[in-house]
Amino acid sequence: MRIYATYNVKGGVGKTSAAVNLAYLASREGRSTLLWDLDPQAAATFLFRIRPRVKGGGKALVRGAMPLDAAIKGTDFDHLDLLPADLTYRRMDLLLDAAKKPTRQIARLLAPLAGEYDTVFLDCPPSISLVTENVLHAADMLIVPLIPTTLCTRTLDQLTGFVDSFDGPQPAILAFFSMVDRRKRLHRDITQNLPAERKDLATAVVPALSLVEQMAVRRAPLPVYAPRSRAAQCYRELWQEISALRPGG
Amino acid sequence: MPQQLHEFTIEAADAAAGREMAAALRPRFEVATDGARSVRRVWLDTFDWRLYRAGSTLEYTSGPGTHELAFAASDGERTACAVPRMSWPAAAGSVPGALVRDLVEPVAGIRALLPVAACASAQRTLRVLDGEDKTVARITVDLASVRGPAGIALPARLTVTPVRGYGGQADRVERLLAGLPSVTAADRSSFQLALAAAGRRAGDYSSQVDVALTPAMPARAAVAAVLLRLLDIIEANVDGAVRDIDTEFLHDLRIAVRRTRAALKLAGDALPGDLAPRYALEFRWLGQLTTPLRDLDVHLLGFADAAAGLVTASPPDLAPMHESLTRYRAAERRRLARGLRSARFTRLTSQCWCALGKLSARGAHQAGAAPSRRAAAGRGGVAQTPVGDLATARIERAYRRLARTGAAITAASPEEDLHTVRKRGKELRYLLEFFAALHEPATHRSAVRELKALQDCLGEIQDGHVQREAIRSLAARMVAERATPAATLLAMGELAAQLDAAASEARDDFGRRFARFTSDRNASRIASLAKAAAA
Repeated sequence: MRIYATYNVKGGVGKTSAAVNLAYLASREGRSTLLWDLDPQAAATFLFRIRPRVKGGGKALVRGAMPLDAAIKGTDFDHLDLLPADLTYRRMDLLLDAAKKPTRQIARLLAPLAGEYDTVFLDCPPSISLVTENVLHAADMLIVPLIPTTLCTRTLDQLTGFVDSFDGPQPAILAFFSMVDRRKRLHRDITQNLPAERKDLATAVVPALSLVEQMAVRRAPLPVYAPRSRAAQCYRELWQEISALRPGG
Repeated sequence: MPQQLHEFTIEAADAAAGREMAAALRPRFEVATDGARSVRRVWLDTFDWRLYRAGSTLEYTSGPGTHELAFAASDGERTACAVPRMSWPAAAGSVPGALVRDLVEPVAGIRALLPVAACASAQRTLRVLDGEDKTVARITVDLASVRGPAGIALPARLTVTPVRGYGGQADRVERLLAGLPSVTAADRSSFQLALAAAGRRAGDYSSQVDVALTPAMPARAAVAAVLLRLLDIIEANVDGAVRDIDTEFLHDLRIAVRRTRAALKLAGDALPGDLAPRYALEFRWLGQLTTPLRDLDVHLLGFADAAAGLVTASPPDLAPMHESLTRYRAAERRRLARGLRSARFTRLTSQCWCALGKLSARGAHQAGAAPSRRAAAGRGGVAQTPVGDLATARIERAYRRLARTGAAITAASPEEDLHTVRKRGKELRYLLEFFAALHEPATHRSAVRELKALQDCLGEIQDGHVQREAIRSLAARMVAERATPAATLLAMGELAAQLDAAASEARDDFGRRFARFTSDRNASRIASLAKAAAA
């Protein structure tokens, strides 16, 4: 089971869009795929038309009263399931902190699903918290959407430094440019020049297109309603790059 | 995630039926139509129907771009997962999709999964949507046909598959559909229909002798019937052994050959003329043909456990041994295939069928008017003796011989003497199996259980010695053929020593096992079996 996490400390950078579209593309390859919407805003849950509720809330999950597999919902797509968000996830830090090995709880909860899923995506809330730390420990690879700004590499460097400080296995990091607006000179310059300087940047670039924003209106992954669009093609290229990499390597 | 699926039949699978279903589900649910697709459904089981006997089924569905493996347990719980394109037969342990593999492997064991029934299906799927337009269940309408010259079409089927986490809604959908006049609960599953359409019967193979005998049946017909059944088992396993589908084809074939040889030796005097001695020679040849490959299989099947049990050496040290065993096996497999495809084998089986078939048919004809014992003794001797009498005499004699040879065993007895006891034990076991239909089932089971415990002990002693010697020979052969690492030879030495130790331990236990087997209680059990057979 490979665990990918879409993560950035900032919000509104395309984490959920990436998680939903990449999970969908993984499932199209016949991989049994789970997406866990860890963000109490429940955007991924909404996109799949699923009620943002887990019986007993995050507390029941963390304490084991509700096994993860009992909370999972099937999406409309074969081989793609969702563990919904719940408003109680906003207090997830406190719940995790009360447990033994508080930074390893999400990895522990996911372990029993290894026989069932080939691929897991964690859609993370935008923060630096105990939830984030759990996700960084559980994931084989962090997928980091970056809006091409002057400070974007700083964010990536901070994350890399944080991950480097971990004892034991560390997730691989792959960033990609998200919400790229070709009309902006800065976006063009950064997306053109930065990949040559850094190995942790994907060559695939996701453009800022209204078609991507329409995911919230259509309530479906982008390749479902616009399979031939450039945006869908970009996510496909990104997924190819990600799946070709060995997580952790 | 396990699911319960129920099948329904539907009178028609057309657009009108779709509209009728949609109307039945409103206003709570809406229905959206997915495209139609053609799939191939293949049901799998082991050759000896282990899944069927456990009450479970395994289905592989292959459609455009998707392949799914679904396991249904005896309680109807269905677990499915996406898999890559598969070709069959395949070892249960090699099935991709851990979720299904973990359920199938404990049932199938070392046996390969083979297609037992198949159909081509035109499927139409209707998605059942809730108020959020979220799919909560799928209704599949399946129009299947079984391949073949006739191309039999099966009745239209309807199944409701819940989407994970929406079981309650799916149950409601099922209830609403079941209320339609055109929909009825299916009395037979698609698997059962496909199997019947293909002319097969679930559980149509067993390696058990299971011959219906009555005590009054003439011995000649009964023995012929037993031999025919064994010949049937031999022939059923030839293809799998030649194709090397799994190791148990050869194993079952080999056991049937041994039983045949035992039947010819222990009851062959009921057959006319020189039939028994003539076939004894031929089946001896067949048995010998199977020995080298089976011996290598035994080594390879137990290899992982043996390697894991090493104390001084480490398992990787044995890699060259494994490589050599695999290479020798490939050569022996070719030799066996040649033998089983030979004119000699074909002649043996066809002549046997011919000769025994006549005897068995004649015997069945005579079964209604069984000869009296006196008349039998006067006319045809053993051949016309009622089989009940023959079974009694032979079982009693085999028991006496086993008891006598076993009682003579002491701590100083050579290995050959224990081997003789083992052979006597096998003879008794085979006789009990041949004539099982004449015995009271519970007493028969108890007697076989006690005998099996003794046989297991004798088997451990002899197999330990035989395998130890085989490892020595293998080591010598490996050294002669190519440079073999010292670590490998040392590890093989450790294996041989472990086998020796296990054999010695089993030998220490022989006295206790034998005393239990020859206890008054068990002796009277055997006597009562014999009495029942003659009744």
